[in-house]
Amino acid sequence: MRYGFVTILIAGFTGLGILLAPPVTLSPAAEESKAAEIRDTAEIEGQRVRGAYLARIGNCLGCHTAYSGLPYAGGHILDTSIGIFITPNITSDKETGIGLWSEEDFWRALHNGRGRDGNLLYPAFPYSEYTRVSREDSDAIFAYLQSLPAVRQRNAPSRINFPFNWRPLLQIWQLIYFSPGIYLPDTLRDDEWNRGAYLVQGLGHCNACHTRRNILGISKGDILGGGQLMGSNWYAPSLTSLQEASTADWPIEDIKRLLKTGSTSRAVTTGPMANVVSQSLQFLTEDDARAVAKYLKSLPETEPRSRGIAPPLTEEVDRQLKKGGQIYETYCQDCHGNLGEGAPGSYPALAGNRGVTMASPTNAIRSILNGGYAPVTEVQQRPYGMPPFAQVLPDGEIALVLSYIRNSWGNRGSLVTPEQVDRSRKGA
Amino acid sequence: MNPSILIRSAQIALLLIGLPAVAHEIPDTTEERVKACIICHGPEDKKGRDEYYPRIAGKPEGYLFNQLRNFRDGRRHYRPMALLLEGLPDAYLWEMAGYFASLKQAFPPPEPMRASSPKVKTARELIEHGDAARNIPACVGCHGKDLMGIAPFIPGLIGLPRVYIMAQFGNWQHGALMRGRTPDCMSEIAKKLTTEEVSAVAMWLAAQPVPESDWRHAGAGVELPKRLARRCASIIPQKSNPK
Repeated sequence: MRYGFVTILIAGFTGLGILLAPPVTLSPAAEESKAAEIRDTAEIEGQRVRGAYLARIGNCLGCHTAYSGLPYAGGHILDTSIGIFITPNITSDKETGIGLWSEEDFWRALHNGRGRDGNLLYPAFPYSEYTRVSREDSDAIFAYLQSLPAVRQRNAPSRINFPFNWRPLLQIWQLIYFSPGIYLPDTLRDDEWNRGAYLVQGLGHCNACHTRRNILGISKGDILGGGQLMGSNWYAPSLTSLQEASTADWPIEDIKRLLKTGSTSRAVTTGPMANVVSQSLQFLTEDDARAVAKYLKSLPETEPRSRGIAPPLTEEVDRQLKKGGQIYETYCQDCHGNLGEGAPGSYPALAGNRGVTMASPTNAIRSILNGGYAPVTEVQQRPYGMPPFAQVLPDGEIALVLSYIRNSWGNRGSLVTPEQVDRSRKGA
Repeated sequence: MNPSILIRSAQIALLLIGLPAVAHEIPDTTEERVKACIICHGPEDKKGRDEYYPRIAGKPEGYLFNQLRNFRDGRRHYRPMALLLEGLPDAYLWEMAGYFASLKQAFPPPEPMRASSPKVKTARELIEHGDAARNIPACVGCHGKDLMGIAPFIPGLIGLPRVYIMAQFGNWQHGALMRGRTPDCMSEIAKKLTTEEVSAVAMWLAAQPVPESDWRHAGAGVELPKRLARRCASIIPQKSNPK
């Protein structure tokens, strides 16, 4: 009975709606064009929304925004062995941004590494990876960038060192090391894996950091095999070595959690990777996060480039480790636990943490020197933090405590020297 | 088998038996979250290398928030603070500022000063009266009659190490502090002071004892004269408190 009443009520209002609606008299042609217009607007809006997501996942913002500057207005400084690159403004400003660019120009930059004027671009802009981005995705990102408010900001020109500032060299580089090509799906794998591969190899440009480069910035070909970040005292660990950051032995859910929150019970992201998580990866959709995780997990295992040689346990080493243990007790144990077990969700475990045992101690040294907070994400707005010890502990003591951490609770790793700590005090 | 390995293994085994992991609950508090700050800004008596770090407990919340934000965004240049705060949202910085503002902590004992020093006269003159001829306002004009600061944005000047005050003046004079921000009242004032005057003021301020009743300055906010407020771009009026 009640339902009947409600139905009648709704029917009544609907009728009222029809009665109150102004009479529409459109010619059939106008009606059609109006419908097309609505469809177009919806399509354009849809493309922009997609573009916004893709720009996030490509982390365009990370490089195209100066330190505390306006989003996408450029001015970010990349200090490399090739020279100092200052990233361009990619807002829609016609004079200082890319307001005069066309879809075609944008595609050529991403896909062919060429600017609007046809000049070759330096691969500091990771077109070696972006070349695999589809035309459809490129157009969507462009539509999004063009929809942003124009920011008038002229950035200083990059200062490229001699001889790299001699453009013909770029041509040679492109000839030898770069071939444009879109992502070709592996038909033996499922769609999810291919989506992950597309994102990792293309837009995600993971290999821009996670590979070894020589002084010319040329990747030595071991894809995702880990390497020192150019112009920075951070080491991007190998994503294929079980000594480093391979996730072959992780459950998919853990990999997803690391991508989206920056920390799991097994690992926590630090330094530049923490920024990548908060600026970009945390926004991965559930489906894309699973796809990326699936692809990363499937990467064939490789030997690490160098293995940490654990020290033979001489009396001298034992004495050093004991000293390190005392420092650990004073400064680290409170948070990381007396067996390096950490506290899930707050402080990472150090026992079994490959971030502290891998051959290169660079990242662990930096974490001790500079401290820092775990990445801020939508689910973690108030992360716990690590104090900086650069002002508190001299190089020798940091070396001792890290050597202890690398050789306790089942961990085995090379001893750290005060010289290694000193090197990390300098540099970006 | 190498005997030292055996010994080591035995030691590890003993350790594992003797020291079970103490499952420690991590308190879900602000106090736990600002442990990273305490290593330098802790309540302990500061000696030697730690002397430089300023006291932040009990300083006005708005002042602390502004400084945190300035460090994070590179406007107040100090690399260790910038690295530590990288990426933290404003709301979290407010929380940290509020925590330290609410602390009531013992002040360090005053640093020694010879009362007969001619510097005392110089310092007291500048602190209480400024120098109208050189357009230098009195310290008490902004920082409160008792120099303990004025909520919410002006810091107290007592209880800071002499070397810290000197260093801040040096930075203001050379534009290293609050770079790229004009006008910046303290930078303008610092540039008008001679080295001797800076040294005298720093010595006098660091030598003042703080009565226990003043450990936490919770006094109501006082309006600054508009003319002064305008000169200090470092005082950022908060349109909306994100808390």
